Amino acid sequence: MGNYYLDNEDIQFYFDVLDVKKLAEIQEDYADNGEADYVPRDLDDCVDNYRRILEIAGAIAADTLAKNAEQVDEEGNTLNPDGTVTLHPLVRENLRKMAQADLMGFTLPRRYGGLNCPTLVYTMATEIVARGDVSFMNMFGLQGIAETINAFANQEIKDETLPRFCSGEVTGAMVLTEPDAGSDLQAVRLRADYDEATGQWLLNGVKRFITNGCGEILLTLARSEHHIDDGRGLSLFISERNECVKVRHLEHKLGIHGSPTCELVFTNCPAKLIGDRQRGLITYVMALMNGARLGIAAQSLGVAEAAFRLARVYANSRCQFGGPIENLPPVAEMLTDSKVSIEAARALAYETAAVCDQENNALRLTETIEDLPKERSKELKQVTRKLKRLNAMLTPMSKLYASEMCNKVAYDAIQVLGGSGYMKDYAAERYARDARITNIYEGTSQLQVVAAIKGITSGIFKDYVEEMEKVVYEDAELEELKAQLVDAKAKIQECVDFVKGCSVTYTDLNSRRLVEMGMSVIIGHYLLKQAAKCDRKKTILKYFLAREIPMIDRYRQRIFNGNQLAVDAYLEIVGEVPQAE
Amino acid sequence: MGLNCIVCVKQVPDTANVTSDAMTPEGTVNRSALPTIFNPEDLHALETALEIRDRWGGSVTVVSMGPPKAADVLRACLFRGADRAILLTDRRAAASDTLATSYILAQAVKTIGNYDLVLCGRQAIDGDTAQTGPQIAEKLALPQVTYLEAIESVKDTNGEKSARIKRNVGNGWELVDVSLPALATVLDTANEPRPLAAKKVMRFKHAAIPAEVDEAKAEELREENLLIEQWTLDDINADLDRCGLAGSPTKVYRVESIVLTKEGFTPVEPTEEGISKLIQELVSERTL
Repeated sequence: MGNYYLDNEDIQFYFDVLDVKKLAEIQEDYADNGEADYVPRDLDDCVDNYRRILEIAGAIAADTLAKNAEQVDEEGNTLNPDGTVTLHPLVRENLRKMAQADLMGFTLPRRYGGLNCPTLVYTMATEIVARGDVSFMNMFGLQGIAETINAFANQEIKDETLPRFCSGEVTGAMVLTEPDAGSDLQAVRLRADYDEATGQWLLNGVKRFITNGCGEILLTLARSEHHIDDGRGLSLFISERNECVKVRHLEHKLGIHGSPTCELVFTNCPAKLIGDRQRGLITYVMALMNGARLGIAAQSLGVAEAAFRLARVYANSRCQFGGPIENLPPVAEMLTDSKVSIEAARALAYETAAVCDQENNALRLTETIEDLPKERSKELKQVTRKLKRLNAMLTPMSKLYASEMCNKVAYDAIQVLGGSGYMKDYAAERYARDARITNIYEGTSQLQVVAAIKGITSGIFKDYVEEMEKVVYEDAELEELKAQLVDAKAKIQECVDFVKGCSVTYTDLNSRRLVEMGMSVIIGHYLLKQAAKCDRKKTILKYFLAREIPMIDRYRQRIFNGNQLAVDAYLEIVGEVPQAE
Repeated sequence: MGLNCIVCVKQVPDTANVTSDAMTPEGTVNRSALPTIFNPEDLHALETALEIRDRWGGSVTVVSMGPPKAADVLRACLFRGADRAILLTDRRAAASDTLATSYILAQAVKTIGNYDLVLCGRQAIDGDTAQTGPQIAEKLALPQVTYLEAIESVKDTNGEKSARIKRNVGNGWELVDVSLPALATVLDTANEPRPLAAKKVMRFKHAAIPAEVDEAKAEELREENLLIEQWTLDDINADLDRCGLAGSPTKVYRVESIVLTKEGFTPVEPTEEGISKLIQELVSERTL
């Protein structure tokens, strides 16, 4: 009888670090909730509910998901000859448990049977679920489909689908990628044609790498405007699972075997339009994707937490050279590094989640309250815009940082276990395989950098950090640590100014370094805030800065040396294209 | 068709986490030193009732006898979907052995009335007697099926309800057709208790028995259907001579604390070779 919420003090700590009550107020005041017999009595009650919900998720993750994970990984799901998929019986059991626990409508309004939780709490739950089974997080995390429907579909579609999501009767899939449209979704070709005779849209084409493509509700990005080649020609459609959509292939993957990755063939599949034509990619999918990215950050945290704990237990019990191997400095450092990185990534992801909640709120306010005084309306729009821009930087940063972090942590977990870690006897190798997808899907790390770099070069980063610099800490030691961050920010600004004077290519080459430097400073401030509340976090911050500040110096040197041979001497260095074997 | 189930549940000390001060010098269990939990097999009895309701309809009423603190297990039942919860709490019922307890619970079941199936866990982890369920059946003159593994089917022939129950007889199973109403005791292998349902937790975490709140609050809860029923021995017309110490002939002679020293296990390959190796070992150790 474990519990992945109750055994994780750091997750619980965020109920003290962040103003969860404020988020609850936002969530309760403006969500389209309606009546229900589980309405919280006041904000304290509401926050207590969040904790209890996480406790339920924590119990299922520990007692069901984690227990089933190894067998699910070994056996996977099954593709049937008729183009349907049978989920592994244990995956079905996992889904049933989550539905019984009412956890499949996490953020949806109560009027549809949802729990109306803020993004922050959902992010915590996602981490907890992923720690139990990384692959199952995809089934759980696809609640983003329902959120998209709630945000953009008409009332009829909402009434038809959302209660079924909440009850766990259906799961969904976001059907975006095609063989020739992966990172570049503007190239999507799947056709949507309006059939005048029946008054419905028909979808035709092929989609690839679709997570849970065998789910009941599909949100499909398709080209409705055949004369427009780019993203503006794409619209978003919703369809129910039927025989017009066949699963042609179930991918054989390195990891996350419990998550069915499908190739789908659409043949005259009837579908309904979500929202307006032409806004499919540029508005709806972008919004969906942002939520999904934060979800992957949480998934990354979950797998890292699982891998770290396994490594720690092993290092503590495995004796070599006359004692536990964690007494050996290099092993201790691997574990310390992992732990600090996990807490750093968690700070970034959870703070981002809280910003998402504030943005959602500001947006809801401007949309739902009629007759706002002009001044107030203007002010709100400004706040929304500011939060949106901030989020456009923080969300890709969260995903980038957490996904890269979990790969390192899972890799080092194998290292701590040594030969045993390489064997199937331990879950370490599974964690490493499962972690590997996180910095690829929902946009590769390289694409997260593309999304985040604008924030660094445009001054959003500078403004945000300078706002945090204004906080004065009573503890002189914290002020000293803060000074390091202020200094680091100045160095980053020098780098930004330097690359601005160079070619676009040079900026592209250094974007990742700039974003990583920026992330370190932002996380540093978050940890500073935490250190003011908790002495242990001060130690975490000290370690973090001792590791990150030299990195910033090294990157700065690298940026200032102006070397762009990776592009200029590309052919000379990489040589001829190897002959295909 | 619908079956009305009554589930008897008990709050017990968590004997799996016994610490050194768990026993008094007199050799009895020091209840205050142990955390309390939902008796594990009672959770499986509750799950059986909930599954019956999911499949055939009906209702699930839970009843517990214990101190006011036992309201915790009743809330845990409501969190999982029980329709009605009753706590029988009365100082005069203290120190009841299984004879007195089963008498009291039988009276409670009678008072609730209109039931098809009474379900109990096989046994409670504090006393491990497995007597209470069968004794309730005996007092209510109900047919009893112990060691329930599954409810196979339920039938209603012209108002005569019956159930086919699979019971575990140790080295195999037995299918029993039983006319209802009946009583069954449930094993922990029968099912897996469902998780708490978040929406029910959000609602019923406010539920309480009158003893836990003041009168004004109780009235408020009653209006919201959140007041858990609290009964005394008077509410069930109990004969006081059959309750508590007076009704309990059991005398505890001595309680011993036994510490198992053997640790770990030896895996045996499921092959001819593996089995014969095991037999050889057992023979050489003179176990066989």
